[in-house]
Amino acid sequence: MSDARLTHLKQLEAESIRIIREVAAEFENPVMLYSIGKDSAVLLHLTLKAFHPGRVPFPLLHVDTTWKFQDMYRFRDSLPDRLGVDLRIWRNEEGVAAGVNPFTYGSKKHTDIMKTQGLLQALNHYRFDAAFGGARRDEEKSRAKERVYSFRDANHRWDPKNQRPELWQLYNGNINRGESIRVFPMSNWTELDVWQYILLEDIPLVPLYFAAERPVVERDGTLIMVDDDRMPLNEGEVPMMKSVRFRTLGCYPLSGAIESDADTLPKIIQEMLLAKDSERQGRLIDHDSAASMEQKKREGYF
Amino acid sequence: MSHQSDLIAEDIDAYLAEHERKEILRFLTCGSVDDGKSTLIGRLLHDSRMIYEDQLAAIKQESAKSGTQGDDVDLALLVDGLQAEREQGITIDVAYRYFSTTKRKFIIADCPGHEQYTRNMVTGASTCDAAIILIDARQGVLTQTRRHTFIASLLGIRHLIVAVNKMDLVDWSEARFEEIRAEYLEFANQLAIEDLRFIPISALKGDNVVEPSTQMPWFGGSTLMYLLETLHVGGDRAQTGFRFPVQWVNRPDSSFRGFSGTIASGVVQPGDDVMVLPSRATSRVERIVTYDGDLERGHAPLAVTLTLEDEVDVSRGDMLVHREHPPELRDRFDATVVWMTDEALVPEREYIFKHTTKQVTGCVSVIRHRVDVNTLEEQVTPSLALNEIARCEIRLNQQIAIDRYDHNRETGAFIVVDRITNLTVGAGMVCDTGAGRADAWDAEPTDTLTAETRAVSSEELATRLGQRAITVLFTGLTASGKTSIAKAVERRLFDAGKLATVVDGQQLRVGISRDLGFSASERSENLRRGVEVARVVNQSGVIALCAFVAPHELPRRRAREVVGDERFLEVFVDAPVDVCRARDARGLYAAADRGEIADFPGVSSAFEPPTAPDLHLDTTATGVDAGADLVIELLRSKGVLT
Ligand SMILES: Nc1nc2c(ncn2[C@@H]2O[C@H](COP(=O)(O)OP(=O)(O)O)[C@@H](O)[C@H]2O)c(=O)[nH]1
Repeated sequence: MSDARLTHLKQLEAESIRIIREVAAEFENPVMLYSIGKDSAVLLHLTLKAFHPGRVPFPLLHVDTTWKFQDMYRFRDSLPDRLGVDLRIWRNEEGVAAGVNPFTYGSKKHTDIMKTQGLLQALNHYRFDAAFGGARRDEEKSRAKERVYSFRDANHRWDPKNQRPELWQLYNGNINRGESIRVFPMSNWTELDVWQYILLEDIPLVPLYFAAERPVVERDGTLIMVDDDRMPLNEGEVPMMKSVRFRTLGCYPLSGAIESDADTLPKIIQEMLLAKDSERQGRLIDHDSAASMEQKKREGYF
Repeated sequence: MSHQSDLIAEDIDAYLAEHERKEILRFLTCGSVDDGKSTLIGRLLHDSRMIYEDQLAAIKQESAKSGTQGDDVDLALLVDGLQAEREQGITIDVAYRYFSTTKRKFIIADCPGHEQYTRNMVTGASTCDAAIILIDARQGVLTQTRRHTFIASLLGIRHLIVAVNKMDLVDWSEARFEEIRAEYLEFANQLAIEDLRFIPISALKGDNVVEPSTQMPWFGGSTLMYLLETLHVGGDRAQTGFRFPVQWVNRPDSSFRGFSGTIASGVVQPGDDVMVLPSRATSRVERIVTYDGDLERGHAPLAVTLTLEDEVDVSRGDMLVHREHPPELRDRFDATVVWMTDEALVPEREYIFKHTTKQVTGCVSVIRHRVDVNTLEEQVTPSLALNEIARCEIRLNQQIAIDRYDHNRETGAFIVVDRITNLTVGAGMVCDTGAGRADAWDAEPTDTLTAETRAVSSEELATRLGQRAITVLFTGLTASGKTSIAKAVERRLFDAGKLATVVDGQQLRVGISRDLGFSASERSENLRRGVEVARVVNQSGVIALCAFVAPHELPRRRAREVVGDERFLEVFVDAPVDVCRARDARGLYAAADRGEIADFPGVSSAFEPPTAPDLHLDTTATGVDAGADLVIELLRSKGVLT
């Protein structure tokens, strides 16, 4: 018996590393789904720790909807040199050819074609049998019951009736050919844990999380950043410079900015803790079909 | 999410520093439908200010609309009832909820479902340190209460908090609370529960949850939240030494070869002698590598990478352990199995067993008995159905390194996986490693061998030496005086012109049993070798005086069989543990107290006193010399000395 105790972050870190190693050891062809956001940044950091001093033994996959912020692309493209990871980028070329975009197709269709379909194409193409994601159980009420290993049939469908109980930290990774799992090593982290860990470990983030003067327009009460010249401005709309930041990052036309002066991690955490609304403000995709996370999951989106 | 701390607004850096130091407590809430589980969780979230104002406004509105709780806000609404999912037939074992206070981060495992309750609760409990058992004050202890308590104790939950809820509906009655407590204790006393507390609460009104009750001044204990914030949660609770299941061999290039994994128990330091199981290859720890630099000392549950000084063969599924206190290497052992799927467990059918980082095939060879989760009654059964629990014998196609679950939650647990559907169909906890049973005692020598090699008969030897060659086993606790008495007997016999020799358990370990540790099965094997040596000694006409702790009855009986009943005498060298402790010059008891020696008879494992020894020496009354005299007397009376 030892009396040494770990802080909650050390415990969470150890638990996540254990899951990451277990999947790497038990699956033939894992991949890490990399979204460029803060949760992905933490997941990647944990993965580097898991395999140190070796390299990450599986590739990272970014499903590119082509509508991310320019800052995100810059950040993403610096990874291979900075961390020596194998980064693969997948675009739904049919969608690109058809000119799918959030403006004329609407956010739901755009997301479905460019993100969900794109992801499925990539998974089939590379025959990945395990895909790491950074999702957490505290993200919303319905995720509370999610398992760490989430099973998908050969069509990537989630079968709610066939999920396995998870006891101790003994994960059952047995699957048949063609089947796969999604793995969530950060299931037990909360949003505050993620931020605090980023602060403690000094994990680099896309600058968009920090407040800065940025050109925005206001649409339906949401501030949208004019990130490139593909953004069609409505009649009389003039971009204005405001000190804004983003709570979550996605496609720029679908990401609402919040007005803020928080330009350091402690200030961001403070703002988050003092916020009085639970609305996951800023993520337009959630508003579209508030109802069914389950539905999205069955379709193959997380 | 805002929780109560003025520091957030005033000094965020100080707040973050405080938050950083928090520990995690994982607990389980158990209750039957309508005991108030959701209300209690909602109350904990609400009173620790984990609720956004807009959420609170929404549920206030909803409560007013439904009007079920009068003016009280129905906090159960905060917790998703998972009703929709249940209706769609989605299997939910456990829903996890997170909250934190200024002292701790909490993870609540909330198990819905009623028919499936055993399976769900076992799943939820497997990761928890504490459990809250909810009792409706009006109903008192119900069948379910017993079931919840039994499962919590089975899964090794150390802290049980019995929350007697809805005290507002029984007029905050102390008598009622005491009545329930007495009723509960009556059956809970049959179970091994380390820490048991009782609190009268009202989840609905908030009494004794986060805020002390003004209605129950008679209750002198602390609030539920205070308990949750202060229960002891050590990082490592195992009663075994260092265990490191290898998860991943890290070999980025030819210059580095490390073994990655999570320390399951114990402490490891560079320079430690380690053994690889199952190969028993030995080496020494060179470095404890992490991304944040090498560690001087690694402990559970850290995820690290170890490098060794020698090029020994180690792969995933192996276990690194200290050489002194290894786990048992077994392919047959007893476990408590919980069955988790509709299709019944069938003995002798092949399943996959996942234990630590290893998967092996095997079967449940025997269902010894089923345990009724409500009454604890043991029943005979040919198969095991969903939600049933039984003690079984497991037989695997390969050996695995196990400890008893109550000694080590990591190396004592396994899951059972169906080979065809790949579903997790069962969970198991090792309850008896099988130490002291079977092993080499039972092994059959190759039948081409013959053991008749004597040219001189034992009668001739007995006539020449004037004695009958017999074996005396001195059994007793460490430091009880076995070896001293055996040596005194040897001297007396020699002085009387007879021949005897001491076969000492410790002495064997220096040579013939150099490969053995101190687990129960290794002690048993050491004894087996000892009596085989005694047999050879006897064959040469000499009396063998065997001094062994030999803590278990079964191996002692086997020893008698090996030597032959007519040539075997058992002397129980008896002294109470505290006397042995006082006599112990080598500090072994102190080391066992510190948890450094697992399964130490008298401290962390049982010493089964011989039921019918040929001589019982109470060494608190007799000294070494008097003891030796009594042994000589015994030998004379048995006609050994002629
Ligand atoms: N009077 C009273 N009612 C309570 C208390 N705790 C829970 N209840 C009520 O008991 C009912 C069942 O509670 P709920 O939390 O949904 O139970 P669950 O099924 O265990 O989650 C609800 O109507 C609650 O408002 C309490 O302490 N006092």
